[in-house]
Amino acid sequence: MKKYLGLALTLAALLAALAAPWLTAHDPLLADFGATLQPPGTPGHPLGTDQLGRDLLSRVLHGARLALFIGLCTAVLTAIAGGLLGLVAGFVERWPAAVLMRLADVQLSFPFILLALTINAIVGLGLRNIILSLSAAGWVVYARVVRSEVLTVKQRDFVHAAAALGVGRTRLLFRHVLPNVAPSIVVVASLQFSQFIVAEAAISFLGFGIQPPTPAWGSMLSESRDFLYVAWWLAAFPGAALALTALGVNLLGDWLRDRFDPKLRV
Amino acid sequence: MRHYVLSRLAQSVLVVLLSLSAVFGMVRLGGDPVLLFLPMDIQAKDVNEIRQRLGFNDPLLVQYGRFMAGAVRGDFGQSLRYRRDALGLVLERLPATLLLAGSAIALTLVIAVPLGVLTAVRRDTLVDHVGTLATVLGQATPGFWLGLMLIYVFSVQLRWLPTGGTGTLAHLVMPSVVLAAFFAARVARLTRSATLDVLGEEYITTARAKGLSEARVIAKHTLRNSAIPIVTLAGLEAGQLLGGAVIAETIFAWPGLGRLTVQALLNRDFPVVMAAVSFTSIIFTLMNLAVDLSYGWLDPRVRVRA
Repeated sequence: MKKYLGLALTLAALLAALAAPWLTAHDPLLADFGATLQPPGTPGHPLGTDQLGRDLLSRVLHGARLALFIGLCTAVLTAIAGGLLGLVAGFVERWPAAVLMRLADVQLSFPFILLALTINAIVGLGLRNIILSLSAAGWVVYARVVRSEVLTVKQRDFVHAAAALGVGRTRLLFRHVLPNVAPSIVVVASLQFSQFIVAEAAISFLGFGIQPPTPAWGSMLSESRDFLYVAWWLAAFPGAALALTALGVNLLGDWLRDRFDPKLRV
Repeated sequence: MRHYVLSRLAQSVLVVLLSLSAVFGMVRLGGDPVLLFLPMDIQAKDVNEIRQRLGFNDPLLVQYGRFMAGAVRGDFGQSLRYRRDALGLVLERLPATLLLAGSAIALTLVIAVPLGVLTAVRRDTLVDHVGTLATVLGQATPGFWLGLMLIYVFSVQLRWLPTGGTGTLAHLVMPSVVLAAFFAARVARLTRSATLDVLGEEYITTARAKGLSEARVIAKHTLRNSAIPIVTLAGLEAGQLLGGAVIAETIFAWPGLGRLTVQALLNRDFPVVMAAVSFTSIIFTLMNLAVDLSYGWLDPRVRVRA
């Protein structure tokens, strides 16, 4: 049930993202001042139009593109950075581990969204910067999980055996330890993915991150606030798309965890 | 126990000092705070004078030293916009945020904990499925969207509640619901899994075999034991409420710490940003410390290990 609903919602979002230009005839940025604030069901505009007469369906679909792209980039970046740091900290111990774990403590002393928001407000707006801000705030979860996994894996017999056979430390780490912690990295990535998508939307909603007129769900919701009294659909559809995408990816992540790593707490 | 408390205290002090440094580093990474704050058409001579007055012409290390020396005494400088003590502004907004967070926590305790226990006890029944679906939805629904939809239904359509601001109990309803939603969903799930863990223990089988009523088994034997993980994890999660407050307060124009932070970021009012972010981080660290210490107090095994 979890698996199928998660898969269905995630695939739907993915399809919307990949096929956005072909699924709708309208340009998400093209204004039409003759047809502003048309309600859903208007011929040619199934979800209606916004205050500039732009087609809402097209904007929501293109929003999926942006959200999944940002989520994916961030999840991969944080997985690589946090994973590598966690591997090294777990394997080498001594001072790299101590430094890394203090750094993690410091990062965890800020609520995630506040940290990402502050970094983003400082480094600046735009696609690249929102990905960097979310990554800078999000790597620490991987580092912690991977480090603790490495600490147990490296005590296992096959690692000792490989070391006794004269396998070098780098090879030991990447060929023998890494494959055993990889499932956890994937599980954490899938659970973090939806958090990144929602955080990006929240930051754009607050006026940072992705700016109008780019069709990002967060900035669309932010603009919709001024029209809540006259055009509910401007708030309802982008938000529903965001919630359903987050739900789908979350369910998928939950299922992956139950399947591969039931004890993992993120 | 004393050793444990002292070592955790020392650790927290270190984290706070490092966090303050991180705040300084973060804000300075963004380049020249004066240029970002001032209007575009200002004369270069004036810029330099302001930089001189605010001390931005000194070497970075000197500025860092001055920031840290001020910060540990609670002095983050003057707000660039309001020309007032930055920490004073933060403290002024604190009660509103505490009220909001407090009512969100109260809502969570009243709704999420009973729901978690109920879904665990009635595992795999319709109640469990509906309850689990509700918590999964609650976790996936972004707070700012929930807020907009609540405003649409209860303010625009039904006209029952004000769209924002503060003053009466009615003003508190929607912001607390938005802030509580995600947290409550998490706590309900934690409660369910903690309760299920305990229900599988042998002493529960024993209690049932003794012929105790189910209500007594749940209330006395199960809840007491599942309380420890629930309290710990909920305590650690509660800190995220401070992050959630940033969003809930902005939507509902609630005059708290979160809204102050967003406004200061938008205005590039860096002393206030530094004060607000540092203050939030200190509260967060203290909460984690309190949870750790109460864990040691609730569960004697933690003390021994430490």
